[in-house]
Amino acid sequence: MSEVIKNRYEFVVLFDVENGNPNGDPDAGNMPRIDPESGLGLVTDVCLKRKIRNYVETVKEDTEGFKIYIKEDIPLNRSDREACKSLGIEETEDKKVTDALKKLKKSDPDADIKLRDYMCSNFYDIRTFGAVMTTFVKASLNCGQVRGPVQIGFARSIAPVISQEVTITRVAITTEKDAENKSTEMGRKSIVPYGLYRAEGYVSANLARKVTGFSEGDLELLWEAIINMFENDHSAARGKMAVRELIVFKHSKELGDCPAYKLFDAVEVRKKEDVEYPRKYQDYTVEIHEEKIPDSVEVKRMV
Amino acid sequence: MGVGVKVRVWGNYALFSRPEMKVERCSYDIITPSAARGILEAVYWHPGMRWVVDKIHVVNPVQFTSVRRNEVKSKILASNVLQVYNGAKKPLYISTKADIVQRASLLLRDVEYVIEAHFEMTERANETDNPGKFKDIIMRRLRRGECFHMPYFGCREFPANFCLCEEEDIRTAYDEVEEKDLGFMLFDMDYSDRTHIQPMFFRAVMKQGVLDLRDCEVVR
Repeated sequence: MSEVIKNRYEFVVLFDVENGNPNGDPDAGNMPRIDPESGLGLVTDVCLKRKIRNYVETVKEDTEGFKIYIKEDIPLNRSDREACKSLGIEETEDKKVTDALKKLKKSDPDADIKLRDYMCSNFYDIRTFGAVMTTFVKASLNCGQVRGPVQIGFARSIAPVISQEVTITRVAITTEKDAENKSTEMGRKSIVPYGLYRAEGYVSANLARKVTGFSEGDLELLWEAIINMFENDHSAARGKMAVRELIVFKHSKELGDCPAYKLFDAVEVRKKEDVEYPRKYQDYTVEIHEEKIPDSVEVKRMV
Repeated sequence: MGVGVKVRVWGNYALFSRPEMKVERCSYDIITPSAARGILEAVYWHPGMRWVVDKIHVVNPVQFTSVRRNEVKSKILASNVLQVYNGAKKPLYISTKADIVQRASLLLRDVEYVIEAHFEMTERANETDNPGKFKDIIMRRLRRGECFHMPYFGCREFPANFCLCEEEDIRTAYDEVEEKDLGFMLFDMDYSDRTHIQPMFFRAVMKQGVLDLRDCEVVR
């Protein structure tokens, strides 16, 4: 495995959606998330992390060191019992397992840390985003909580988005009973005609070095995953989504060279003046104000 | 004191969960002293020092918004990990289909605070450590925007921008409000007994936009 990252990073992702629903709001009947006061569209951090996990899972196919912990299918705890056997614990009582664990805990006070490191080295998403683990010893601080180096905020659209209800029909009826009375069923979809969203993220080299061991190779994979996060995520609901810009700021030091907000402020995304209703990416301009960025920070446009 | 700092922090969203409403999370009206301490620790911390928050200035008016998200409800089981660690061949992951739960969070939006704090030395400091050294490191980091990890407002998805606050006079949205009682709030957790961590609460009363924590009564 390659070396642990040595630099702090910040990144800005611009992605757009055309005639689709980037992130449904469970509170609003799965309509696109909209900030009610400003009218700006929202995409949650967890939505984007899901896409990154899915991409890594697709590409790496569970190879050693690139497993994904939080998956979309297959139930949890399926073969607990099997595992007990291979541990040499023939009894399949839960109590026996607990006892064995207690014994281990007594003989090895660092067991929690060892297990944490084991999880970090095996699972890409834990190494990247962190995870919460139960611990053997009650109230043993933080052994079970892994903070990953990569932190992503909510994505917001540049201009207010409108959500449009599209009513659709289908000719196949689900139940026999309904089929007697009607020949079509109505459904509805909510779409955003067009929206350009901006997400901001942070990579802490310190957490990578001290906790999870997030490496240069992992970072490359993260960029690749962000760039391609919508390419394998097409569905009826999403419409056309694409990452338009990934701007990466690489600090020269582990702790960074300047505040993150200064770098983010240097990336200006504007609607072109003659455009009233933006409907395509070309209706916007993206400008990076180099003069606001310290020389020691390296700026890379990855898309 | 000589070892005090003033830090301005701001961000789009914040969520300081009330412990009594943490399944469907609901934020306190303002930042808790423990969250403020966490922000400072994200910038700089050392075992030889301990942050003490003195005052919190509530610069922006309190506004709420809500977000409902799909979340998982389970944690990684240490026992499962141990079995796999010891060579068991078994799937080790959480399935979101089975473990999904939809939870709403009541968030604060457009928050800005000025945190006044100082640090105290602890007995875990090395011989070469002294308050001056720590203070220099802290000031340097605040000026340059360096941090151990990006500080956040309660949850990691709500990053907190920070800078050194150099103004003497801090304007707040509540300058005209004589007194606003925010009820009982979490003060911090008491970690002195590691096997029995206890929450501590205090009566938060904001006076002209400032929450003074220097002389407050803490209840367990």
